[in-house]
Amino acid sequence: MKAKKITLLFLFICALLSVNAQNKIPAVNVKTIDGATFNTANMVNDGKPIIIDFWATWCKPCVQELTAIADLYEDWQKVTGVKIYAVSIDDARNSARVKPFVNTRGWEYEILLDPNADLKRALNVGDIPHTFLINGKGEIIYQHAGYAPGDENELYEKLLGCINPEVK
Amino acid sequence: MKKVLAVTLFYLSFPFLAKAQEMNKFGAGEIHGNFQMMAQNYLVDSTIGAKEVSEKIRMNSFANLNYINGNFKAGMRYESYEKALLGFDPRYNGSDITYRYATYTNDDLEFTIGNYYEQFGSGLIFRSYEERGLGIDNAMDGIRVKYKPTAGVYLKSVIGKQRFYFAKGEGIVRGLDAEFNLNEILSTFLPEFNPEKARYTYILGGSMVGKYQADNDPIRILPENVAAFAGRFNFISDKFNFYTEYAYKINDPSLTNGFIYKKGEALFVSANYSIKGFSLSASAKRVDNMDFRSDRNADVNNLTMSFLPAISKQHTYALPAFYPYATQPLGEIGEQFELSYNFKKGSMLGGKYGTLFTVNFSNANNLDTTQTGNEQGYTAAFFTKGDILLYSDLNFEVVKKISPKLKTTYTYMYQVFNKDKVQNVSGYGTVFAHIAVFEMQYKINSKKTFRAELQSMRTKQDFGDWAVALAEYTVSPHWFFAALDQYNYGNAIVEKRAHYYSGSFGYTKNATRFIVGYGKQREGFLCVGGVCRLIPASYGLSLSISSTF
Repeated sequence: MKAKKITLLFLFICALLSVNAQNKIPAVNVKTIDGATFNTANMVNDGKPIIIDFWATWCKPCVQELTAIADLYEDWQKVTGVKIYAVSIDDARNSARVKPFVNTRGWEYEILLDPNADLKRALNVGDIPHTFLINGKGEIIYQHAGYAPGDENELYEKLLGCINPEVK
Repeated sequence: MKKVLAVTLFYLSFPFLAKAQEMNKFGAGEIHGNFQMMAQNYLVDSTIGAKEVSEKIRMNSFANLNYINGNFKAGMRYESYEKALLGFDPRYNGSDITYRYATYTNDDLEFTIGNYYEQFGSGLIFRSYEERGLGIDNAMDGIRVKYKPTAGVYLKSVIGKQRFYFAKGEGIVRGLDAEFNLNEILSTFLPEFNPEKARYTYILGGSMVGKYQADNDPIRILPENVAAFAGRFNFISDKFNFYTEYAYKINDPSLTNGFIYKKGEALFVSANYSIKGFSLSASAKRVDNMDFRSDRNADVNNLTMSFLPAISKQHTYALPAFYPYATQPLGEIGEQFELSYNFKKGSMLGGKYGTLFTVNFSNANNLDTTQTGNEQGYTAAFFTKGDILLYSDLNFEVVKKISPKLKTTYTYMYQVFNKDKVQNVSGYGTVFAHIAVFEMQYKINSKKTFRAELQSMRTKQDFGDWAVALAEYTVSPHWFFAALDQYNYGNAIVEKRAHYYSGSFGYTKNATRFIVGYGKQREGFLCVGGVCRLIPASYGLSLSISSTF
């Protein structure tokens, strides 16, 4: 048993040494709000940036964040062409609630369902909300855990920075 | 020894695989992971019942490391509980690698060796998952294969044993799941049919799960193999969604069901209609002897295979969540309704910025049973309810934005909670509670926000009346400060009318968070997702650090 564990640790040290900095979205199957299986390798936006936001119907700060961004989303899209995937980690207790919840609030995000936290785990997300910003080349360039009102402004600055690297 | 050698060789080959991939222009691999630790120092407080902890400080922590290179993934988690925080099962005390896996995906085939999490349908007969904050982890250790033979057909098979603290459960779990997306299947026959643009979507699914556990019982003859079956159907249109799943389990005498030989079954139905600004939803659930675990002697949250969350609304404020409902896997029947309406901006009730109104009702009773007096235990009527109310709640919520700076939320709830039945205790009876919550959020400027909550619970039962006040000040993007007092002013025992005050602050930078807290934690249930854990009263200083990289 011990030998097995030591080799495991060894593997990661070896792997760490051969790692480079690129940072892509792992390919994981989740569901769309229409029940179809969706592979996250297909998260594309014609070379424009993508935001992935992990949330749940029972998570207050998540709903606060998505509500704040909903008011700005149209403007953000006009300026940057960004597409937002709001990934709900609601399990079987609440996953049927997601669609009515989103529609009532009039959110225009692409909604994905991750009921057994497969994508959440693949992206090493701990507590939610957790937001990722992905540039036009598909590289994760910024991530943020938690939400305080106003955090959407920082996200927008990073978003502007990624479409036009000269703006900071 | 042979096994150790084989495993060693296998793991040793990873870096070489990685190198080969690199040469094949797949690019070098990536390592990512996360780290989380929660430490708490324990002080004694006799009023709230915070007992002495001989270690003074305890800590739970873990780190995940995941390596990805093209179609290849491998990873591990190291967990350390020295010792486990109060409220966690003491069988967690210790440190070890508890999760390691390798996955290879080749077009439509994916296989995993080692640990994995998986769910069939809504999880009625199989869900392997983790809730780290609650100490729940029934990860599988074995083999999983997923295969998509043709468009719209998704197959999964699993075999292995489930995690039991730092060991594995005794039972062997085997399962098969098939899902058919009829629209995607149709598109292979009709190339002009685009499933993404279809008005209606139909999805069918079925699963089969079996467990094997030797019968070592000196008296009873127990089934060594127990099989369960489930079928599901989902209809989706633009505005309407209908989902149903039915599960059946053969006789499965166990510690939790009192070793009766009755079959088990569960039915879940949910329907909702929604358009922009309006939604209506309903769901119903009937569970009969459906506690399914890979070890017949397991209890509490250990080695569960069936996942049967409550259908009542999941409350997030402290007092509405004070008496959380948990499904009674041995038998319950219940329903839930919700209506939500967003009054438009400029309308009479909508005001200048719109008003969101939600009403929700849920109810759960026991089954209408007749004791048989034999090894079957009981029989239960399918559609009629038993006469014991387990849980009921009616709640209203109004979210009203008053100005661009000020937002308010008003909640009222009436709750009936059968404490004896739900928490499996005696002498407490049923709690009837009126709960009101007022929340306001004031944006001082683009970075600074002040938020406050006032909550009240009135009840004559159990601990009596409570009041809660919370104030929170945040400075985006880095800081938060919060102060909380929970006051049990209506406790029948005057000495127990305690204030549970606490203060905390935190610093966040990108995906790293530090939180420091100090104060008193009341005894209560901590719930995440659909599952709850009892936390004993405690008093002291806490520190938590979490980071994703």
